[in-house]
Amino acid sequence: MRNLRRTTMAGAAGATSLVLALTGCSSSGDGNGTKAPAKALTQSEIDKAMDTPTTITFWSWLPNIQDQIDLFEKKYPKIKVVLVNQGDASAQYVKLRAAVKAGQGVPDVAQVGYDYLPSFTQTKSLLELTPYGADKIASDFVPGVWSQVVQNGGIYAVPQDSGPMGTLYRTDILSKAGVDAPATWADFATAAQEVKSKTGAYITNLPGNDMPQTLGFFSQAGASLFTYDGKTTVGINVDNDVTQKVVAYWQDLIQKDLVSTDPDFTDAWYQGLSRGKYATWLTAAWGPTFLAGSAKNTSGAWRAATLPQWSAGQNVSGNWGGSSDAVMAATKNPIPAYELAKFINNDPSSTIELANKQSLYPTTISTLSSPAFTDAKSDFYGGQQVNKFFADVSSTVPQNQKYVPFEDYVNSSYNDTLGKAIADHGDLKAALSAWQQQLVTYAKQQGFSVK
Amino acid sequence: MTAETPRRMALSAPAARRSRGIHAGQTRTAWLLILPFLLVFAAFFTVPLGYSAYLSLFTSKLVGGEVFSGLDNYSRALHDPHFWEGLRRVAFFLCVQMPIMLAASTFIALALDSQRVRGGKFVRLLVFVPYAVPSVVATLMWGYLYGKDYGLITQMFDAVGLHAPDLLSPGSILGSTMNIVCWEFVGYNMIVLYAALRSVPNDLYEAAEIDGAGQWRIAWSIKLPALRPALLLTLIFSIIGSFQLFNEPNLLFNIAPNAIGSDFTPNLYAYNLAFRGQDNNYAAAIAFLLGFVVMIVAFVVQGVTNRKERQA
Repeated sequence: MRNLRRTTMAGAAGATSLVLALTGCSSSGDGNGTKAPAKALTQSEIDKAMDTPTTITFWSWLPNIQDQIDLFEKKYPKIKVVLVNQGDASAQYVKLRAAVKAGQGVPDVAQVGYDYLPSFTQTKSLLELTPYGADKIASDFVPGVWSQVVQNGGIYAVPQDSGPMGTLYRTDILSKAGVDAPATWADFATAAQEVKSKTGAYITNLPGNDMPQTLGFFSQAGASLFTYDGKTTVGINVDNDVTQKVVAYWQDLIQKDLVSTDPDFTDAWYQGLSRGKYATWLTAAWGPTFLAGSAKNTSGAWRAATLPQWSAGQNVSGNWGGSSDAVMAATKNPIPAYELAKFINNDPSSTIELANKQSLYPTTISTLSSPAFTDAKSDFYGGQQVNKFFADVSSTVPQNQKYVPFEDYVNSSYNDTLGKAIADHGDLKAALSAWQQQLVTYAKQQGFSVK
Repeated sequence: MTAETPRRMALSAPAARRSRGIHAGQTRTAWLLILPFLLVFAAFFTVPLGYSAYLSLFTSKLVGGEVFSGLDNYSRALHDPHFWEGLRRVAFFLCVQMPIMLAASTFIALALDSQRVRGGKFVRLLVFVPYAVPSVVATLMWGYLYGKDYGLITQMFDAVGLHAPDLLSPGSILGSTMNIVCWEFVGYNMIVLYAALRSVPNDLYEAAEIDGAGQWRIAWSIKLPALRPALLLTLIFSIIGSFQLFNEPNLLFNIAPNAIGSDFTPNLYAYNLAFRGQDNNYAAAIAFLLGFVVMIVAFVVQGVTNRKERQA
């Protein structure tokens, strides 16, 4: 079978040479970059650096980020930016880590998801940006989002986009079932019954492969799962009263077959959205544009509302997704590197484009309140000002979402435990405990002390 | 005595020296000619293998870095339920999928060789085409066919009013994978077997016909025994391929993320350890261990079949 050329040993070599590629060359990459200056830089030092011909490299997985780079190069003609797209986020993390480890080929600026920032600060791969003036732009950003790039008082990236969560719902399906957009989770469960019996649709889909969404639900309920002191101590508390309450809630809906558990962002799921299999999508602020692009035939039927609340009268959201631009510690040109990260995510000409053209949900207060952003009405949402709606949601995101420096493992372990239980309609509570156990075991094995 | 004389003469001093001279020159040329290969072989095969072996003797931690740990990774792997679960799964895969595939290949090869199939060349090509399709494309294609709410198979079931099975569920994903692998490799194995059949000398068939043997008898008594070495070859390749199952589950993961765990097959497990868990050292140990298991299984199978052949 397979291939004549493949022999036993070649197979072993194949698998292991992948490993080689990852760990190749020298083992530690930090220390060969710029040491951060002790004092804040003066404006004249910055001006001088920005007027010196320099080439910097920028890694990002955004398809059209070159547009914003062009704006930057227009403003600073002496600085040339080389953009490298490594594919998607996970592909970029793998390569970035390999480059850091090898101490070679590390970009000056890299896009990093908030959840992965600790993975890179733990290896001291990111430049602390306060001396470069990052503290001065802090007040331009939504506080909850800014807190994502701060660790132990240090600023390690500039926020690019975020994902305050809300509900997108099908007015046609809900009205056929005779229910309103559910205000509380209790309403949501009741509506689920009605929707199923009267229309045959599921109230929503809870995928078993999307940890970030589940983390958003946990955060909304008030759970704080992780802590990290920036050194060697992590706190892992994924199995607690709050998370148990949340999974028990979903367990009930799944068992009654009122919620489907299709993996999301798969073909089956796209089809489900278009065919009216799900009456709602509990998503984030980047969801509306995404949905409008992938379920065109349902245009006009959707509206946006807040997430269902745990008790009536509350208004709490969660966060799902979002990323930042970080300056790598190995950079030889920290000033232009930081200025690029800052320009793309802070200059109004760039941020409004990110928001309107690339449907990245904005993080700066000025863009969130800019009429060019909020006044947009969408026919897909029956003329609702969806951007304006989510702009109000973004201030209701709790600041309890922290991450540990081994997010890859947290994610794959989730898929093997809680995610699997969701997909298999198994015991969610037991799976939550199994997840906790796996994470603690892994953290200890990796040399962390676990609180 | 008479037979030995010329041989001793050939070994007389001048002749021997001359032959040694030629021999040394030939050796040098031979080495020179295979040098490019040896360099590439060393650079891309021996060195990575050695380096991986070296890596597998260390333990690297996110906190504290890399320390020498001897065979710790191996003993950890031997007690790792994920590794054994994956190994058990591919062993089961092998036991079910390989006989089906090889039986189908043999049958088609025999049918084509009997010259009774109309449009034989076309059929041969048709059966072989899947092998020419990259496994990535094949898996994606089958993934679409399997799809629960939209796939062709579901649509066919719906059309006749039957309840369609979920071919991407955790319970059926292994079977679905077997089907893909069969589809891909029946043609390849068929070609190997068919080539072996073509090399059977015609006089054997003529002799059999004169003795009054029919096509079935010829197939059973001449063709199948002639196929034995080729069958053994395809068998060994199948074993190796099964244990190294990676592409298909890795791609199906995107379509059915919850049906395929990170430890679905040992290779996938090693990959996930290295690239998601950042545990390259342990991944190297798993890869080596898997290599040993495959070698042992292949060796045992070869030993058993060889002994049978000698008895036969």
